[in-house]
Amino acid sequence: MPEPVANGDPSEPEAAAVASAESAAAPAALDADGPARARSGTARPASSGPTIRRMGRGALLVELDDLTQVQALHHALTVDRPAAVEEIVPAARTVLIRFDADRLPAARLVDELRSRDLAPVPDREGTLVEIPVSYSGPDLGEVAELTGLSEQDVVRRHSGREYRVAFCGFAPGFGYLVGGDPRLRVPRRETPRVRVPGGAVALADEFSAVYPRESPGGWRLLGRTELTLWRPDRPDPALLTPGDRVRFREVR
Amino acid sequence: MSVDPHGSVTVRAPGSLATVQDLGRPGYAALGVTRSGAADPPALRLANRLVGNPESCAAIEATFGGLRVEFDTPVLLALAGAEVPATVSGRAIGMHAPVWAEAGDRLSLGRPGRGLRTYLAVRGGIAAPPTLGSRSTDLLSGLGPAPLTEGVRLPLGPRPDGWPVVDQAPVAPLPEIPVLRLWPGPRDDWFDPAALRLLCTSDYEVTEQSNRVGLRLAGPPLPRLVARELPSEGMVRGAIQVPPSGLPVLFHVDHPVTGGYPVIAVVDEDDLPSAAQVRPGGVIRFRLATDRD
Repeated sequence: MPEPVANGDPSEPEAAAVASAESAAAPAALDADGPARARSGTARPASSGPTIRRMGRGALLVELDDLTQVQALHHALTVDRPAAVEEIVPAARTVLIRFDADRLPAARLVDELRSRDLAPVPDREGTLVEIPVSYSGPDLGEVAELTGLSEQDVVRRHSGREYRVAFCGFAPGFGYLVGGDPRLRVPRRETPRVRVPGGAVALADEFSAVYPRESPGGWRLLGRTELTLWRPDRPDPALLTPGDRVRFREVR
Repeated sequence: MSVDPHGSVTVRAPGSLATVQDLGRPGYAALGVTRSGAADPPALRLANRLVGNPESCAAIEATFGGLRVEFDTPVLLALAGAEVPATVSGRAIGMHAPVWAEAGDRLSLGRPGRGLRTYLAVRGGIAAPPTLGSRSTDLLSGLGPAPLTEGVRLPLGPRPDGWPVVDQAPVAPLPEIPVLRLWPGPRDDWFDPAALRLLCTSDYEVTEQSNRVGLRLAGPPLPRLVARELPSEGMVRGAIQVPPSGLPVLFHVDHPVTGGYPVIAVVDEDDLPSAAQVRPGGVIRFRLATDRD
């Protein structure tokens, strides 16, 4: 019996180019103890704060207004991690928290999460990673055309800002970087490439990224770095982890 | 003379798919690495206990039998999970029991009568090099040892101090149709209220497009209320994602760490091992978890 190819979300860099849709769905509040209901929740509670949804017995999904809040909660939970929390997974509008439900009742974790400060992470916090880039990617000209800028100007703007790793996904060590120049916001390619080389520096919508290894991908390729993004034989395997600050430096 | 101080096992035939698995690599999801590990952890743990190993030792996960291996040293081995006819150099052996094999002996697995994944534990454990603290093969990320192929030699680890305490473990037979408990949400409000009822009252067939990443299910499509895109969010094993087709995908041990389709419900983690034993063409059912669960 063959084990077929991966299913799920294989074209994540395409699929994850997130529309800026605000959370408009009627939010379901969390009733942390009761699985045996037809719906996971009914209405948002009177108290303010993020909507917290249950994701199985041992995980909560905290729904936030924007990436700034996601980074704030992720930062707060990383600095002061509640006991029995096993994974903290920031994404575009949510933070997933996987925990040991036998040691920590969901209701108690909900209270704990509601008490967390969602003030933006100070600019200077987080490790700064500098990424040398040779800006000669196959899509540089197209990005210039799409933005109405010169190629030089695209490079200047892309390397002129400090980014932050908002979250990782798609592949081990693939970090979604935010904080780029809004003038460089371009859609993904209509047809994704079957093969994007490892080290490719790319952008799509509000994100920039570096492909850690060769993979398919639909982002626009601006250049390439020689840095190794993913080292599975090291205790810190990812060069970029959520919360890190990133600067691209042009090398010729 | 062997270069491996504790001996080794050589793969003579992998069957449909055989991988090295332990209990996985938790703690790296934020870096894009899923936990992976044995698809049926209780079976892996049992096989390890039967040879006196710590439960976390790596073993071979054989998919739909067909595995053949040869030992270059005397070993104590045990099989658990999907029951298969098995022989050591032609002599029939039983499941769920420690068995001695001599240097040069060959172990051969037939096809399981029911179930899909059988675990071969060897005293000392499979000592393939670990990645991020685990020897598990993650098919989605390409981490860990490559799926086993003919001729691959796997070193064994040092024998543990303790000895197994049982000769045979009583094991309940696999159910013909497993019933998996569901926790509604987190995105059940994206669906027609009838969708969850449909999910809990229909038979779903596990299709051929199923693997360690996920089980693609065939059955009544689940009608959605909200049509817009969902920004990618973190996923857990057991999550039931519903793409626009309405046909659910049950995320399994090698699932992606984020996903962009709404999750209507999550299967209780304790029920995932039985889902791991359903072969393509088999049926699963769902019911809501209750407070007594």
